[in-house]
Amino acid sequence: MNLDQINPILLIASLMVAATPILLAAIGETVVEKAGVLNLGVEGMMITGAVVGFAIGVNSGSPALGFVGAAIAGAALSMLFGVLVLYLLSNQVATGLGLTLFGLGLSALIGKPYEGMKVPTLAKWDIPLLSDIPVLGPILFQHDPMVYVSIGLIMAVWYVLKSTRAGLILRAVGENHDAAHALGYKVIRVRLMAIAFGGACAGLGGAYISLVRVPQWVEGMTAGAGWIALAIVVFASWRPWRVLLGAYLFGGITVLQLNLQAAGVPIPVEYLSMSPYVITILVLVLISTRGKHGAPGSLGRIFHASH
Amino acid sequence: MRSVKTLLATAALAVGFAGAAAAEDPTKVGFIFVGPVGDGGWTYEHNQGRLAVEDHFGDAVETVFQESVPEGADAERAITQMALAGADLIFTTSFGYMDPTLAVAAKFPDVKFEHATGYKQSDNVSVYSARFYEGRAVQGTIAGHMTKSNIVGYIASFPIPEVIRGINAAYIHAKKVNPDVQFKIIWAYTWFDPAKEADAAKALIEQGADVILQHTDSTAPQAAAQEAGNVITFGQASDMADYGPMPRVSSIIDNWSPYYIARTQAVIDGTWSSVSTWDGIGAGMVGIGDISDAVPAEVKAEAEALRDALAAGEYHAFTGPLTKQDGSAWLADGEVADDGTLAGMNFYVQGIDGEIPQ
Repeated sequence: MNLDQINPILLIASLMVAATPILLAAIGETVVEKAGVLNLGVEGMMITGAVVGFAIGVNSGSPALGFVGAAIAGAALSMLFGVLVLYLLSNQVATGLGLTLFGLGLSALIGKPYEGMKVPTLAKWDIPLLSDIPVLGPILFQHDPMVYVSIGLIMAVWYVLKSTRAGLILRAVGENHDAAHALGYKVIRVRLMAIAFGGACAGLGGAYISLVRVPQWVEGMTAGAGWIALAIVVFASWRPWRVLLGAYLFGGITVLQLNLQAAGVPIPVEYLSMSPYVITILVLVLISTRGKHGAPGSLGRIFHASH
Repeated sequence: MRSVKTLLATAALAVGFAGAAAAEDPTKVGFIFVGPVGDGGWTYEHNQGRLAVEDHFGDAVETVFQESVPEGADAERAITQMALAGADLIFTTSFGYMDPTLAVAAKFPDVKFEHATGYKQSDNVSVYSARFYEGRAVQGTIAGHMTKSNIVGYIASFPIPEVIRGINAAYIHAKKVNPDVQFKIIWAYTWFDPAKEADAAKALIEQGADVILQHTDSTAPQAAAQEAGNVITFGQASDMADYGPMPRVSSIIDNWSPYYIARTQAVIDGTWSSVSTWDGIGAGMVGIGDISDAVPAEVKAEAEALRDALAAGEYHAFTGPLTKQDGSAWLADGEVADDGTLAGMNFYVQGIDGEIPQ
C-alpha cells in the first residue's frame, strides 16, 4: 500500500470534474423541488442531453453549441413532464419515472449512428497568473469552462432563492401552493419555468459526461447519475451550497476508489465499488432519523385552482 | 388484355424467383456481441469478421447479429432466440457467454455453436481464441522502453485467465528491458464502460503512469491519454488508429475473418466438427498494429524482431526461468509454458504488486 502515491492536489481537481455532471443535475432539481414539483425524470433528461449535445458537437464541431443544444433538449423533454403533471394533473412520481424510461429509449435511438465517434471537447482554461499559484492553482484555476459554470449556477440559485423577489415567490409556491394562488401568484407558470430550468440543467449535466468527461457516446452512459443527483438534493436539505458539498463528496468517492485501487490498497474491489452508494444511503438514513427534512410543504402535491 | 398478360408473366417470373431462392436456402450465421459494433475495439473487429463472411459468400449466406448482449442470464435468451430464428451457426463472442452457449447448444443439437475465448466444448460447441498474450509481449517491450516514470498503468477487465495472461506477458517483457518497471493495475469489472475506463485511465495517469495498457474495449482511455499529453497507449482488439501517432503507438488487432469464413464454409460443406482453436501472430489471428514514429527506431526494431520471432515460433512469450508471485518456481531456464497452464492461469509472475481479486 502506497498512499503517498496519491497526489491530493490532482485528486481534488479530478473529483471536481467527476462531480460536475451530478452537480449540474442536482442544482436544477433543487429549483424544481423548491417550487413544489418532484421530477424523477432527471436520468432521462440527462441522457437525452448527453446524446443531443454529442450529436450537435460532432456535426457542428463546436462543444459549446453542443451544450446549448443539450440544455434546450433537456428543457424540451421536461416540458412534456410539465404539461402532464401541471395541466393534466397526472401523478408526479409515475410521470417522472416514465420520463426516465422514455429518455433512455429516445437517447438510444438518436445515438445509434454516433457510437464510437470522436467529438471535439472543451479546452481547459489555463487562467494566467492564478493557475500558477501552488496548490490552489491546479485545484481551482485549470478547469474547463463548464466546471465554473456549474459553480456559478450554485451561486446564482443560492442568491435568487435567498435574496430576490422571484426566489421568494418560487419558494412560496413550493411551500403552500394554495396560499400562493390566493395571493395571486401564477402557480402553474412558476412551476413550468422551474421545471424547464431543471430540465436544462440536467441536459447540461448529461452533455458534460458525453462531451468532456468520457468523451464519447454510449447507450446508457449516465449510468444512474440522475438518481444520485436526486439523492443529493435530499441529502442537501434543498440548500444550494450543500448540493455542492454533496456532489463533490460523491464525485470524490468514485475517483478515490480508482485511485486507491491503483495505489494497491488491499481493500476488496467490491467494497470500493459499492462505497458511493452505501454512503449515500447512510447519509439519507441519518437525515431522516433527525426528522427535520426542510422539504418544501407542497412537494409532490397536485395543484388545481378549484381545490 | 395485354396488361393482364404482362401481369401474369410478371407473376410467373416472381414465382420462379421465389422458387429458386427457396431451393438455395442461404446458410444463416448468427453473432452475439458483448458491446455495440461501433465500440472501436473488440466487438468492432468481430463485426468486421461478420462482414467478411457476407462479402465472401454473397447470397449463399445470411448473417444476423445482436449487439450489447449482457453476459449472464440474458445471454441465454438472446442465443436461444437466434437459434429459434433458424441460425445454422452461431458465434458467441465473449467469455461470459460460455455456460449460456453450452446450455442453448444442448437444446439445439442441429445448430453449430462457436464460443470465443472459453474452454468448454461439446459435440456442437467449438471454442476459439487468439494468443493475445503474444501481442502483450510486444506491448510490454515497447512499454518498458518508453516509460520514463517506470510506472505502467494497466486497466484490467475481469480476473479471468485471459486477462491475467495478458498482464503477465506484458510485465515479463517490460521487466526484461527495464528492470525498474512497476505495474499499477485497476480492475474495472467491465468489458465496455467508457466513463469508467476514462476515470481509471485518469487515476493511473495521476499516479505517475506514462504508459497505459488496457484490456477493456473502448477508446476512452486513448482519449484520456491524449488529453494528458505525454502518455502512450496501445490499441486494444482493434487498431484505434484515430489516436495515432500519439498517444496510440501500436496495437493488438484481432483478425477473425479467416476463421469465420473457414467455419462457415465447413457448415455449408457439412464438414463442421467441434474443435478447439488457439492461434497467434503466426496464423494471422493476432496482428500487431503499425508501430508509430513516436517510438524510437531501435525500440521499434526490437519490438518487430520479437513479433517475428513469436510468429515464427522461435520464441515463446512464456519462456523460463520464471517464478510465480509467491516465490515458487514455475518454469525452469529455457522451459516454455504448456497450453493447459496458460489456459487456466490464475497467478501473477514474480514482481507484480497486488493480488488478483477472487
